[in-house]
Amino acid sequence: MSTLTPTTPAKPARGIRSIEGKAPRAQRESPFARVSAMIVMAVFTLYFLVPIWWLLVAASKNRSQFNSTNPLWFADFSLFENIGNLVAYRDGVYLKWMLNSALYAGVGALVGTIIAGMCGYALAKYNFPGRELIFNVVLGGVLVPATALALPLFLIFSQISLTNTFWSVFLPSLVSPFGVYLARIYASASVPDELIEAARLDGAGELRTFFTVSVRMMVPALVTVFLFQFVAIWNNFFLPLIMLRDETLFPVTLGLYAWNSQVNQIPVLRDYVLIGALLSIIPLIIIFLLLQRFWRNGLSAGSVK
Amino acid sequence: MSAPAVPLTDAPGSAARKRPRVAKPEKPAGAKPRVQHKGAILAFVLPFGTLFALFYLVPIGYAIYQSLLVIEREGTFGQATQVFGGLTQYILVFQNGPFWTSIGRVLAFGAVQVPIMLGLALLFALLLDSPLVRGKKFFRLAFFVPYAVPGVIAAIMWGYLYSPNLSPFRAVTENINFLSADLVLWAIANVVTWVFVGYNMLIIYSALLAIPTELYEAARIDGAGQLRIAWSVKIPLIMPAIILTAIFSIIGTLQLLAEPQVFRSFSSAVTSTFTPNLTVYSTSSIPNFNLAAAFSVVLALATFILSFTFLKFTQRKEAK
Repeated sequence: MSTLTPTTPAKPARGIRSIEGKAPRAQRESPFARVSAMIVMAVFTLYFLVPIWWLLVAASKNRSQFNSTNPLWFADFSLFENIGNLVAYRDGVYLKWMLNSALYAGVGALVGTIIAGMCGYALAKYNFPGRELIFNVVLGGVLVPATALALPLFLIFSQISLTNTFWSVFLPSLVSPFGVYLARIYASASVPDELIEAARLDGAGELRTFFTVSVRMMVPALVTVFLFQFVAIWNNFFLPLIMLRDETLFPVTLGLYAWNSQVNQIPVLRDYVLIGALLSIIPLIIIFLLLQRFWRNGLSAGSVK
Repeated sequence: MSAPAVPLTDAPGSAARKRPRVAKPEKPAGAKPRVQHKGAILAFVLPFGTLFALFYLVPIGYAIYQSLLVIEREGTFGQATQVFGGLTQYILVFQNGPFWTSIGRVLAFGAVQVPIMLGLALLFALLLDSPLVRGKKFFRLAFFVPYAVPGVIAAIMWGYLYSPNLSPFRAVTENINFLSADLVLWAIANVVTWVFVGYNMLIIYSALLAIPTELYEAARIDGAGQLRIAWSVKIPLIMPAIILTAIFSIIGTLQLLAEPQVFRSFSSAVTSTFTPNLTVYSTSSIPNFNLAAAFSVVLALATFILSFTFLKFTQRKEAK
């Protein structure tokens, strides 16, 4: 931040100099800068992608080839056979986990986004006593790490005998203080009061105005909230770890973790862990790609303002 | 993504201070303000409010309550009853050596890993925003892909990559044992960095995109090079986004759990009290819920204070 102060006075001086007739410098950057920038990007592309590439290659090999062939290149391509084995293992428990994750994260993020959007919208667009209090409490919630809540949640849920149920993981995941925060900021910036006023004059109720008019203007923010909440729930580990005993309720992360810690006793699990890990990251990558257009729109909308 | 990230950062302190001023003119002094659309407001706020109270506020209160209890037994095998014990559990927390060692460990981790991660994220964001790099779409995506890998899965994957006998880089891992007691913390730091650089890069990059290009044009015409523009124009303007990523990283560091928990099956150097959250988990599986609750409260407080102090500190610097 300290850089801000010295540069501000420097600017007018430079401006004067350029008025004195210094021609704008050629837009081309030096080849050296270009090449070194590209080298940095290329090296880090390897750093980020090679582990995933390795996972793909490893998941496509059968057991005997895993250690005897080039680890970064394909041998006999038995990926689909491996997937078949994984899915068949123990009556398809892996598929069950994927389905669970999809439910926890998909439904959880969807409901969570709607309620966070509604709350953020109300905080942005209505004046009511306690508004700032609510907002500040929610803001404090952003700084409270979700993992700190896992243990007390477990204790509470065990009081009402709800641990080891779908709800014990699903319900707490619905709450996204960060989502409210984002929705409020976005709503106050992008939903014009005149529009709400116009909808009122047309006789639309407040809720209807929100769901038919305002929501549309908030789409980029809501997609962003959905995306991050989806990822947060999909990646959540501590809460399911502490809540769930029944394997059929596990999300895929917890299931793979459980398998991975048994690899020494049951060596065949190593293959399943690797294939399962590969499959488990595909849904998130697809979601990011599909929604990319939306959050890119969000970006451009943000930069116009 | 960033659109929100930019205004977001100055909110906690300043929004709270500014808002009432905006709201005031609408209420005449002394008169009770008439709230319009009460029902609608309730309908908007209640669903989130209820869940927030149930799954945020109540657990926090309950954790504090539990941490004030102790278990008393009549004789060795007698009935166990919970009784109020004041700050007994907190005294145990403060006397608990391994817990404070683990706090020190994650602080060291954060002091090294967070600057490296955010430095890289900033570098990539600036490069993506500069005319120096071609194929921006590709790089943006390639760097972001690891974020789609859950921490647990990333840790499992890297666990194999580090392994002395299974790694594709055996030439390296046979000679350097990344899973040894000396290195395993930094091996985990690498996993976290690998996952989160792209995410932080995107937040910062989005903030960069929100800067009006006229600002660069002016600097360019003045003869400023890319480096100079980055340093003097871009970085100061995106400071709020950088602070935001820093706060989330600090919180994340103190909460470290999934990665070390997974690494326990790869390396015996990761103990059951390796990080504060592992301590909470292993204490609660004893089970000693009251002590675990006290650990949770202390950890949450420490996190809160640290991120809050950081926020205030950076804001004060900004104000200067």
